[in-house]
Amino acid sequence: MSGTKLTPVITEYWDDAKPWSIDSYRSHGGYSTLKQSLETDPDDVIATIKDSGLRGRGGAGFPTGMKWSFVPQNDGKPHYLVVNADESEPGACKDIPIMLANPHALIEGVIMTCHAIRAHHAFIYIRGEVPHPIRRVHQAVAEARAAGFIGKNILGTGIDLDVVVHGGAGAYICGEETALLDSLEGLRGQPRLKPPFPAVAGLYASPTVVNNVETITSVPYIIRNGVEWYRGFGTEKSPGFKVWAVSGHVRRPGIYEAPLGITMRELLDYAGGIREGHELKFWLPGGSSVPMLTADHLDTPLTYEDMVEAGSMLGTGTPMVFDETTSVVKAITRWLEFYKHESCGKCTPCREGTYWITGTLEKFQGGFGQEKEVDELVELCNQIMGRSFCALGDAAATPYPGALKYFRSEFTDALTQPPDDLFSPSATMVIPSPAGVAG
Amino acid sequence: MSISEQTLAESRELAGRYPKARSGIVPMLHLMQAEVGMVNSDVIEACAEILDISTAEVVAVATFYTMYRMRTEGGEHHIGVCVNTGCGLLGGDALYEALAVKLGVGHNETTPDGKFTLERIECQAACTHAPVLTVDWEFFDHSTIAEAMDVIDRLTAGEEVLPTRGPAVRGWRAAERTVAGLDDGLADEGGGVDELMLAGLKVAKAAESGVDGTVKK
Ligand SMILES: Cc1cc2nc3c(=O)[nH]c(=O)nc-3n(C[C@H](O)[C@H](O)[C@H](O)COP(=O)(O)O)c2cc1C
Ligand code: SF4
Ligand code: FES
Repeated sequence: MSGTKLTPVITEYWDDAKPWSIDSYRSHGGYSTLKQSLETDPDDVIATIKDSGLRGRGGAGFPTGMKWSFVPQNDGKPHYLVVNADESEPGACKDIPIMLANPHALIEGVIMTCHAIRAHHAFIYIRGEVPHPIRRVHQAVAEARAAGFIGKNILGTGIDLDVVVHGGAGAYICGEETALLDSLEGLRGQPRLKPPFPAVAGLYASPTVVNNVETITSVPYIIRNGVEWYRGFGTEKSPGFKVWAVSGHVRRPGIYEAPLGITMRELLDYAGGIREGHELKFWLPGGSSVPMLTADHLDTPLTYEDMVEAGSMLGTGTPMVFDETTSVVKAITRWLEFYKHESCGKCTPCREGTYWITGTLEKFQGGFGQEKEVDELVELCNQIMGRSFCALGDAAATPYPGALKYFRSEFTDALTQPPDDLFSPSATMVIPSPAGVAG
Repeated sequence: MSISEQTLAESRELAGRYPKARSGIVPMLHLMQAEVGMVNSDVIEACAEILDISTAEVVAVATFYTMYRMRTEGGEHHIGVCVNTGCGLLGGDALYEALAVKLGVGHNETTPDGKFTLERIECQAACTHAPVLTVDWEFFDHSTIAEAMDVIDRLTAGEEVLPTRGPAVRGWRAAERTVAGLDDGLADEGGGVDELMLAGLKVAKAAESGVDGTVKK
């Protein structure tokens, strides 16, 4: 064993000259077992993914093989695969790098998944604000088509598949799978009532699997190397590896691929630790929609189950790290402004609630709040939690109670002293402050 | 100004990519916006006609998404500054303020010469590279204020400007065509895999070759 816990699999050849090219991917084994996989019984492919224990990387960690098995068979309807490449959760920054550097692993995953769920049509829904990843995925589809991996009668197997790359137009809610489907049908991107779940009635009311970019990108590696190999990484309930994206006040922010079950202390160490002369204040395991944690949780394994136990969630597995210069009040107010802006307005608890929370937090900072409101705001969040139409409402109700649990005094301090007086904004910055700029 | 025949033909091609044409509305709006500079009544009518739906239905869709400009034309270059927590507090707020002063405009406003539109944007899925500036939606990662000022000066002078990850910027309208799904032939340009994306791989490779890659403090 080498001395590192890092396990570059998806990221293994990103230092190639053009890792995004089909030649580069093929030189590392890409597409080598595609034909064999397409000749395997689809149910066996589903069984392999089930046995591997792969869980969705979009945030909820739902078992992927199980999701695929919900698609009814021989129902006479077309089936669809929709790849969720909307990556817009604050803090999440792993799918965009994957599409920039390794789009062919995603495409091979799409082909294998479509075979498993008996779909002949796949869509890759990429958020609109990222032209470069959009170019790379379009090119990967074109290269795969030219190589005979997409189109009619793939590799002589009799299987037909069409893949459409679709750019969005700016709306976080379109990452929610049913809103994404409405958006893809050409409607306003608002969530649908569940059930029926997409696996039964999804795109154009037909059975549809919606999976995250990283989930689908993991598939070809599992198919090529087998269940036992995959389960050699991670833990019993959270097997495998993932692409961790560590951001914030660390010396070397970036992409670190490692098994689930690694700890934040270890990831922090690889990322060079907290920036010079500072110490950790709080961190979030995966996106702004999961509760924050502190230094007390650095040794908790980063798995779906352990993060819940610790009072948070693994979410997108893209840890954001903040040091002692950061105002918790400002940090979460900014997230709440985001949820307010992105609330689709379909249901009252979220539409009105996000305004109330944001307004109250701004009132605190403006010196107009009262101490009892610090607790009343928790009550308001509780009213939103579980009563919203989709998980965006729950997400919006998460940051404040989570922050209050560890940093209550900061909210009461804000009643009398603006956060900018207590926490110098330039101290939080990682670039030279305006005063340091000549001219 | 009505929509050109070429754009109408390309719009029909976009709609034809889907099992149901209406799915093409979001890309079509990007494409027509690239020609007109905004989503105006010409765009709305052209979309409605191609998809055989009412103009009210097109408006309902277009107003839902933030990338469509419903009121004013966008400038030649779109300047975005991420002000979500991960960037805003780490320098994005200061970047935005400096750019607003330099350009003399506020959020979603365009300079009088039509050159720049400034926008406070949300998380760009590049938090590892905070604070993030975008020009025509290409990444200018970990941008300092001095670098942002230089980018504006060079664009004003008509010089070539390279993002940190992506091809040289070509203007907002060209980017809108790319987002719509038209091939611009630039997929191989502009690298895109930088040191931060290789951070873990480097440590792992160093460890494998016997050099201890973990950090000594
Ligand atoms: C507001 C909101 C935004 C979401 N955004 C994304 C996203 O950008 N990407 C993603 O994969 N999942 C996102 N999800 C989760 C999806 O609804 C869905 O669970 C996921 O795509 C399923 O894929 P997985 O099983 O592979 O994780 C979001 C959920 C909500 C409620
Ligand atoms: S919870 Fe928010 S985003 Fe979800 S349906 Fe309700 S208003 Fe829309
Ligand atoms: S917070 Fe700016 S890119 Fe994520």
